[in-house]
Formats: sequence, C-alpha cells, structure tokens
Amino acid sequence: MAAIEAADLRRTYKTHTGTFRRRAKEIEAVRGISFAVEPGELFGLLGPNGAGKTTTIKMLITLLIPTGGSARVLGLDVVRQAREVRKRIGYVFGGERGVYERLSGYDNLRYFAELYGVPAREQKRRIEELLELVGLKGREHERAEGYSRGMKQRLHVARGLLHDPEVLFLDEPTMGLDPVGAREVRATIASLTEAGKTVLLTTHYMFEADALCDRIAVISKGSIVAEGTPLDLKRGVAQGSVVEVEVFGVADEALERVRALGGVVAVAVEEREQAQVLVVQTEPDVELTQAILGHLNGSDVGRISRREPTLEDAYVALVSE
Amino acid sequence: MSSLRLLAVSWWLQFKMIMRSPFDGFGNVIYPLFFATTAFFVFRAGDSPRTLIYASFGAAVMGMWSSVSTSAGSAMQRERWWGTLELLVTTPRHFSLILLPTTLGLATVGIYNLAATLLWGRFLFGVHLTIAHPLLFALAILGTVLSFAGLGFLFAVSFVRFRAAWVLGNFFEYPVWLICGFLVPLSFLPDWVHPISWALAPTWGMSAIRESALGGSPLPDLGACLGLGLGYIVIGVLVTDRVLRAARVSGSLSLT
Repeated sequence: MAAIEAADLRRTYKTHTGTFRRRAKEIEAVRGISFAVEPGELFGLLGPNGAGKTTTIKMLITLLIPTGGSARVLGLDVVRQAREVRKRIGYVFGGERGVYERLSGYDNLRYFAELYGVPAREQKRRIEELLELVGLKGREHERAEGYSRGMKQRLHVARGLLHDPEVLFLDEPTMGLDPVGAREVRATIASLTEAGKTVLLTTHYMFEADALCDRIAVISKGSIVAEGTPLDLKRGVAQGSVVEVEVFGVADEALERVRALGGVVAVAVEEREQAQVLVVQTEPDVELTQAILGHLNGSDVGRISRREPTLEDAYVALVSE
Repeated sequence: MSSLRLLAVSWWLQFKMIMRSPFDGFGNVIYPLFFATTAFFVFRAGDSPRTLIYASFGAAVMGMWSSVSTSAGSAMQRERWWGTLELLVTTPRHFSLILLPTTLGLATVGIYNLAATLLWGRFLFGVHLTIAHPLLFALAILGTVLSFAGLGFLFAVSFVRFRAAWVLGNFFEYPVWLICGFLVPLSFLPDWVHPISWALAPTWGMSAIRESALGGSPLPDLGACLGLGLGYIVIGVLVTDRVLRAARVSGSLSLT
C-alpha cells in the first residue's frame, strides 16, 4: 500500500471579478493529478509559484476538499476519514507565519502536543528531544517573536514531529531562509527518511529537490508534466546543450525572437548582481550561439559559455512547455 | 480527561497571550474605565444612590461583554493573520475544543474589567458597594463569565467560516448593553424586545450579579444564565463540523 496516493485529483476555486457587476469565475488550480508515494520515500513536488503545489498538499492534509478525484494517506480517505488522517500526519510550511509569537518556543510546542494528544507523561521528554533535534535547546523559554526566521522554521519542524507522525508534508520549508539556515533545515529533513518517515516535500529550489528527493514530480499549471528520479529528469534534457549569455538589459522583444529560433527548447533569464544571464537550452547538434547574439543587437553582451544541462535546465524546459 | 486537560492548558496559554499583548492590555485597562465614567456621570444626575449602584454593576458587566464580543471575532481573525488557523484545523481534536478555551480566556479578562470598574466607581465617584451575598456574587460572576464564553464561542464558530464576520462582534457590542438591561431596566424597553432579552444569557447574568449584590435571590437568574450559556456551547459544537466543512469546500481557511 502506498503511503500517499492521489488519483485524478482536482481543485477549482470560485472567485469574483468586478465591483458592481460581480461575475463568478472558476480557476482550476489542480487539473487532475495522479501520483503515489511509497512508505519511507522522500517525494518532491516541484513547480513554480502558482503551479498548484500548495493546493495539492492542502487537499492531502485535509484542509481543502477536492472538487474531483480522490486521495488517500496510509490507505485513509482524506475527505471521509479526515480525523484519522490528521492523527497520522505532520504538516510544516515555510515562512514566519504559523507561530504564536507571544508564547515561548516551549509553550508553542506544549500547546500543539496537547492538540495532538501526546500523553502528558511523554510531553516533556518528547519536547526536549525535538528541541535537541532542531537545535533550539537553550532558547526554548524565550518568546518566539525574538526568534530568527531560521529558528521559527526549525520550531515548525519540531511542531510537525511532536506526535511522531508516519507521514510528513513539508510545504516549501526553506522558503526565505539564509543559506546556513536552509542547510540546517535540509539536514533535518534528510534525517527524517533515515528515521523511516515518508515525506512529501514541495519546493521550487531545484538543488534542494536534487539533493533530498528519491523521486520528483514536476507540476506546472495544475498538471504533472514529468515524474521520475532526479537522474531520469536530467536525462530527459541531457541530449541538448545550454548556451549562457551575460547581458546588461535585455528587451522582451529580443527574448521572444530568441525563443522563436528553430532548435530552441527553452529560454530563461536569471538575475546575477548587476547583470542578467540569458539561459538558452537547445536541441542536440544545433549551434545557435551566433543566431542568439544576432537577436541581442542593441544589448551590452558580456561572457558567453556553453555547458551540459543540469536538473534546473530540465525543470525550466518542463515548466516552459 | 485528556479533553479537560486540553481545555485547561489552552485556556492558560490563551490567557498568557492576551496578557502579553501591550495593545490588548492597554485597551483592557482603559476601556472599562470609560464605560464606568460615562455611566457614573449619567446616573449621578439622577441623584439616587441606588440608581448609581445599579449603574455601577451595569457598567462593570458592559466592560466584560465588550471584551468578549469584540475580541472573540478578532481572535479568529488573528489566528488567520498568524497563519495558525490552518495548523489548528489539521490537528485531530474536535475544533470546538480548540475554540472554547480561546473565548473562555477572553471572558476571564472580563473579570478584571468588572473589578476595575467597581474600584473606579469606589475611589473616583464614591460609590460604596456592599455585597449582600458575597459567595453568590462570586458564583454569579463565574456563571456570567462562562455564559459569555459560550456566546463568544458561538460567534467564533461563524467567524471561522466568514472572514468578515468579526465585524459582527463589534456590531453586537452596543445593542446588548441596552437589550440585556445593563444600563436601564428591561421594563423600560418595548414588550417585543423582551423575548430577545430573555434569549440572551447576559440578561440573566446581569440580573444574577445585581440580585446577589443587593440582597435578592440570584439563583433562578444564575440557572437561566448557565442554561443558556450551555445551550450556546451545544449549538456551537453541533455546527462546528458543518462550518469547518464549508470552509474546506470554499478554501477560506487560509484567507486573511
């Protein structure tokens, strides 16, 4: 039995436009996705902002009722057996929200220990263990409002583990953290699967998914566009190559012209300090450097390089389709 | 047993949070004193010591009610802002066990409002209160606090589903002062208002506090107050699941 199973899962939202003439509009956030996560697996749901990652996770953790399809966690239906599901899952999301700032870290954990029904005799020991695990020992009696973003995030992780859940849902857990803080949280996540937990992680950081996940599903515009191990996804674009051009101010029209070139798979622009880097993925055996430069007339061009595709390129190609 | 423990721990932590908020704290200290001052000035004009005592208890309960009605709604709104509402919903506990201690914590702050108003009246306006039945008076206050928490809980349940419902908390603040006889006796109000007054626990709580202080028999009023408070809680518990399901269907839990 799969630990997490989604079958043709869908979710639409109703929204309204206009002030006096209000019109109802339906937005399809998740358009029939299916996947299965095996026990003990660390599965990544990877996609850009607004792709439907958080909506999917919220349906799986019983916060949203799907408008179509079904989902099961540890064999339990997330709609009909919501309370049973909640007992056996943990949920951690990124960012600074989700903490009672006026309470100490310890009191935050104590409150949720009660809510999750952790027996009174075990609470103290469990909280101490988790404070040790997430590195908050010694700071637990300070009010959470004084914690750094990284400390709050680690407090979130500890809260999600209080009742020793079998399955953990981590929604962009390193969002907004500095590199050191993010590395600490990633180390904690890696230790979870070693302890036998099943983890579903959403992220839009490629290297994070590459480093942590056993398998990845790439989600774009509410649909899964690729699924496999990080290696499988890399292989998907390994046949082509990538041209990187450092530019200082590139017009949208120039980008469109590059995109329209024959043999171009995907185009992305990355901001790097004062410059921008135009990343163009091409099909195998196609030499487009001169053609690309030809379309960048009028822009200041810096360093030009050619390299093998990475997982990030695979991701960009998938979500640009 | 575990539910009782949850209620106790949650109440204590909610109370801690309220007491640690500088703005809430300031409002809770200052607000009731304004009520008291207004009421004392208005009723002092009548030149009857009994009327002034009547007004001082009314002003005291006004403060209690204001604390519950306005904060019960904003408490849920704050959970949304803090991003904790979704976390609370993903726990396996029945949501009413999570909401009830919140409103109970707010109602407890109301006890301070009551004490502050009475002391303000005593030291600034010279209103000497003699409590005829101290034990019954204490019980009447406790019963009123519990029934206010019940009513606040009923409000809070609807605030979970409807984001803008916290405004209703403010809306209910003033009419209750009048309808429940905090400042003027119910007999002054038109007959058609009386059934509404009787359906509201604050009416009976107010009456029980006055009766116990002035030497009457507060027990029937206290019974009605507690009965109604319990009724609100039962209704709240029964509709909680339906309200939460509606919020999960509409996706309004994460909206601020």
